[in-house]
Amino acid sequence: MTADTEQPLAPVSPLVRYAGRFAAVTRASGGAVRLAELPLLAQLSVRLDAKGPAAEAVRFALGLALPVEPDTVAFSDELAALWLGPDEWLVVGRPGSAAGLEERLRAAVAGEHAAVTDVSGQRTTVLVGGARARDLLAHGCPLDLHPRAFGPGRCAQTTLARAGVLLAGRDEHRPGYWLLTRSSFAGYVADWLLDAATEYVADATSIT
Amino acid sequence: MPRQLPSSAHPFRLPTGGRIDRSRTLTFRFDGVAYTGHPGDTLASALLACGVRQVATSIKLGRARGVFGVGSEEPNALVRIEAPYAEAMVTATTVELCEGLVAFGLPGRGRLPDGPDPARYDAVYAHCDVLVVGAGPAGLAAALAAARTGARVVLADENGELGGSLLGRGAADDWGARARDELAGFPQTRVLRRTTVFGYYDDNYLLALERRTAHLGAAAPAHVSRERVWRIRAGRVVLATGAHERPIAFADNDRPGVMLASAARAYVHRFGVAPGRRAVVFTACDSGYPAALDLAAAGTEVAAIVDARPQAGLWAQRARDAGLPVRAGHAVTGTSGDPCLTSVAVRELRDGEPTGPVAVVDADTLLVSGGWNPTVHLFSQAGGTLRHDPARVAFVPRECRQAVEVVGSAAGAFTLAECVADGARAGARAANREATEADLGHVLAPPPDPDDIGGGAPPVPLWLVPGPDEPRTHFVDLQRDVTVADLRRATGAGLSGVEHLKRYTTAGTAHDQGRTSGVLTTGVAAHLLGVEVSALGTTTYRPPYTPVPFAALAGRDRGALHDPVRVTALHDQHLARDAVFENVGQWKRPWYYPLAGEDMAAAVARECRAAREGVAFMDASTLGKIDVQGADAGVFLDRLYTNMISTLKPGRIRYGVMCRADGMVLDDGTVLRTADDRFLVTTTTGNAAAVLDWMEEWLQTEWPQLRVHCASVTEQWATVALVGPRSRDVLSALAPQLPSSSDDFPFMAWRDTRVAGVAARVCRISFSGELAYEINVPPWYAPHVWEAIARAGAPYGITPYGTETMHVLRAEKGYPVVGQDTDGTVTPQDLGLGWAVSAKKRDFVGKRSHARADTARPDRKQLVALLPDDRHTLLPEGGQVVADAPLPAPPVPMLGHITSSYRSTALGRTFALALVRGGRERVGQRIYVPVGSVLVPVTVAEPVLYDPEGARRDG
Repeated sequence: MTADTEQPLAPVSPLVRYAGRFAAVTRASGGAVRLAELPLLAQLSVRLDAKGPAAEAVRFALGLALPVEPDTVAFSDELAALWLGPDEWLVVGRPGSAAGLEERLRAAVAGEHAAVTDVSGQRTTVLVGGARARDLLAHGCPLDLHPRAFGPGRCAQTTLARAGVLLAGRDEHRPGYWLLTRSSFAGYVADWLLDAATEYVADATSIT
Repeated sequence: MPRQLPSSAHPFRLPTGGRIDRSRTLTFRFDGVAYTGHPGDTLASALLACGVRQVATSIKLGRARGVFGVGSEEPNALVRIEAPYAEAMVTATTVELCEGLVAFGLPGRGRLPDGPDPARYDAVYAHCDVLVVGAGPAGLAAALAAARTGARVVLADENGELGGSLLGRGAADDWGARARDELAGFPQTRVLRRTTVFGYYDDNYLLALERRTAHLGAAAPAHVSRERVWRIRAGRVVLATGAHERPIAFADNDRPGVMLASAARAYVHRFGVAPGRRAVVFTACDSGYPAALDLAAAGTEVAAIVDARPQAGLWAQRARDAGLPVRAGHAVTGTSGDPCLTSVAVRELRDGEPTGPVAVVDADTLLVSGGWNPTVHLFSQAGGTLRHDPARVAFVPRECRQAVEVVGSAAGAFTLAECVADGARAGARAANREATEADLGHVLAPPPDPDDIGGGAPPVPLWLVPGPDEPRTHFVDLQRDVTVADLRRATGAGLSGVEHLKRYTTAGTAHDQGRTSGVLTTGVAAHLLGVEVSALGTTTYRPPYTPVPFAALAGRDRGALHDPVRVTALHDQHLARDAVFENVGQWKRPWYYPLAGEDMAAAVARECRAAREGVAFMDASTLGKIDVQGADAGVFLDRLYTNMISTLKPGRIRYGVMCRADGMVLDDGTVLRTADDRFLVTTTTGNAAAVLDWMEEWLQTEWPQLRVHCASVTEQWATVALVGPRSRDVLSALAPQLPSSSDDFPFMAWRDTRVAGVAARVCRISFSGELAYEINVPPWYAPHVWEAIARAGAPYGITPYGTETMHVLRAEKGYPVVGQDTDGTVTPQDLGLGWAVSAKKRDFVGKRSHARADTARPDRKQLVALLPDDRHTLLPEGGQVVADAPLPAPPVPMLGHITSSYRSTALGRTFALALVRGGRERVGQRIYVPVGSVLVPVTVAEPVLYDPEGARRDG
């Protein structure tokens, strides 16, 4: 590590040490299970009255309407807005965009009973994809993830094994799930995912 | 005990038949002897084929026992598996034979393997519209009918092959195969073989155990879980769990060679094994006859069919037509053999009593059919009630509050046509509640039923054949060695309920949970008590239906994954410095950082010295942080904290205490005002979630009109505490823009700046009394900042310190730690924090309780310091405090207890904090702490022992 603070700093994401193991599982499973950290995504907690003027102002500011259907995600090219509660959303954007997003959101809700909080450091995101992604998550997530119940664009605050997670089905063009876990739990969640993926890594079809 | 060795490899293997693969031979060992079998065999069928009659001995009496059943109902044939996997106690009837199997018969109880279990175990959450339990004719029909609607169906069956009773009767092979094939074609249908549904809970939540690799033996892949617990949430449940045949209590009914009639029949059809050379069949219903006919057809001589019913009906005629002798109105009254069966005693039965001469019939096999018990275990677990059907002599399902239907023989239907029709209707209805009778129609044509001969005779209740002697060998529960004599003793002692009888005699409490003995116990007890069976009922059916290994229940929640470990963004930095970690809740926090050769005391002393004399730094990231925003944020915090928060200016920090409504301390921490309408609240590490919940509870339930929102930001910031007289020098080097003087950057203020090039929020907070800073940075830059601090501090000998040093430093200053120095019965005033309780505020949570007589009395336990007379004596935390030495006669009045105790380098002595009754009045007094048999004299002191003037705070 260099002492030179003039150089641009490399941010360290919670699962940076897992990148190799995630890639190895993805490779060894032939893509049946794809695991990767989506590090350092911008995450803003937004609290406001869904029926009030702040919601409308946020729609203008983001070009994206906060979803009012419980447990759904609204997507735009740049952003995703996850419904977390009747007056609570998580707006997710590209890494590094948190400050700009916070500014836009704050300006939009100024004067209203609303709150905008940068929570980008609170959680990291794991992409869980591949044909067996649903099977993998079913080892630890009690929700029904069948497409009839939890398709693209659905989200939920649930548990994976013994950790609380935020789970979102990505949009139709990008199948798979986003698994948002508290940064401090990320190592546990990653270890658990890697262990649960063991069965999908080698050919298990001989089991009859 | 002598064991007969087989004269040929498989003396009891039939030349043809069975669902085994005769082209392959498997070798195995049982009780040290080598045998062979075939794929498709169970350990029980292979042993029977090899002529091994005795498999185990009974638990209490040590009596020889052989194979009695064919599946999970087996009470006798308990074995331990040593290779290729380890199982402490399983039934030979459920162990699928594999190459190299090594098993031993058990004397009624198992022995846990010594070594660790290397296998993997896991779980799956499954959701379905329809769960069908049991893949016999009724279950297959139900699953097919449901699957055809497109519904999501799970079909679970405990056997390796679907078909249930079809397999054991040699019936309808084509029909079963077609059903199996069709089911395989539905993508929304999941068929789980070797899967026992063992628990049925509320809201149609069921647990099942799938045995995935044991049958593969040594070929089991290591990366595949050996067993899997299925956690199934089902829209509707169809229970097609079948029925278990019931034994009859007669003298010596436990000899190897005595077997359930249906089991004997299954050994012929499923495994191509003749249960014996010469058989007697003892039956109280029609079921003994097809078994006798099938055995005869397979070449076993049937010496007699002993039918307890005087009018045996059409089946008896058919048996006689086939040349089998039938003795209607007779009973088996006893058996002989040493120990395996060699002959059977038969007498006429008149009004339930054996009469007349005893006929001794030579036989090596005795098949018993006392009737059928519908397998209602899961239905009962679901909350279903039962009724006794006297016509069927069976307890059958009545009603259940859950969305469940019972079909087939589990519901008392015993013909194949009934079972299939029942199952198909239930399956279709379960998948589509709107289905009409017309829709259901003939979902499936039933297969031909070899047991339907166009009429039969009703069963009779026959529980007990009395005599000839004391019924000490009339076994009711084979696995627990419970006899009719035991039940008679229990009823004689005045017990008249089945639950009491069960507990008094242990009947039904064994590994098999009374699958064969439960209803028989009721029947015999009813006979002894002279009451109706229906009046006595059954004992409660509880999960698990069959034993479930703890390893399977634990799944992958073991070892490193047993409980989540939370780490901060600086964890790698701590590892690199060889930190010893302490568990704080789920967090791993550095406890201390030993250098080579240092013990904990030495490391902590060194870390303390650095903080007091030079500079030291620690990871304080785990402290809870809550962002409180909104126009009413100040009002809100005024109501939750005991002191005034709304008067705090932006840029400043205040210490605050929260109480519960009872006035006791809930948590403490600092509050930063970050804007007019925004605060950052910190909590203790362990209370972060609880304080946020507390805030949300008040906001949502009591004060919804307040315009406030709360958000956890605990992990939004990594926090480094920089402590010590040289901390300003270190920080100035890293944050040259930050004002260094206390005038421009006073105590209890915060500033946004850059530290080591990273945007940071620096707070002047001290939990040690020294000049100190808390540097908050985004977690992804925390390692960089930590290392930059280490480098910048190197000229000053900067030292990382852990939680132990933090505790010593704070205790020297008398700062309490909520949860260590408090226990939910301590007020702020007790802690000497009265200064933080506002007298001016109209109200706050807990205020009224502070005026209660009990919270206001002067002799409450108060936080004080204790100084042992001997400066080296370290008092034990939790130690009691007493007033007098020597101790008066018990009960000795207790003054309080020690909450914290440390060695202090700065004070050059040991010290403790304690909650002591009227403690502040006792300052200067000598009191005592009993440690073992010694009374340690200590002096009470004000809790702030170090720098009471606060001179060091500004450096």
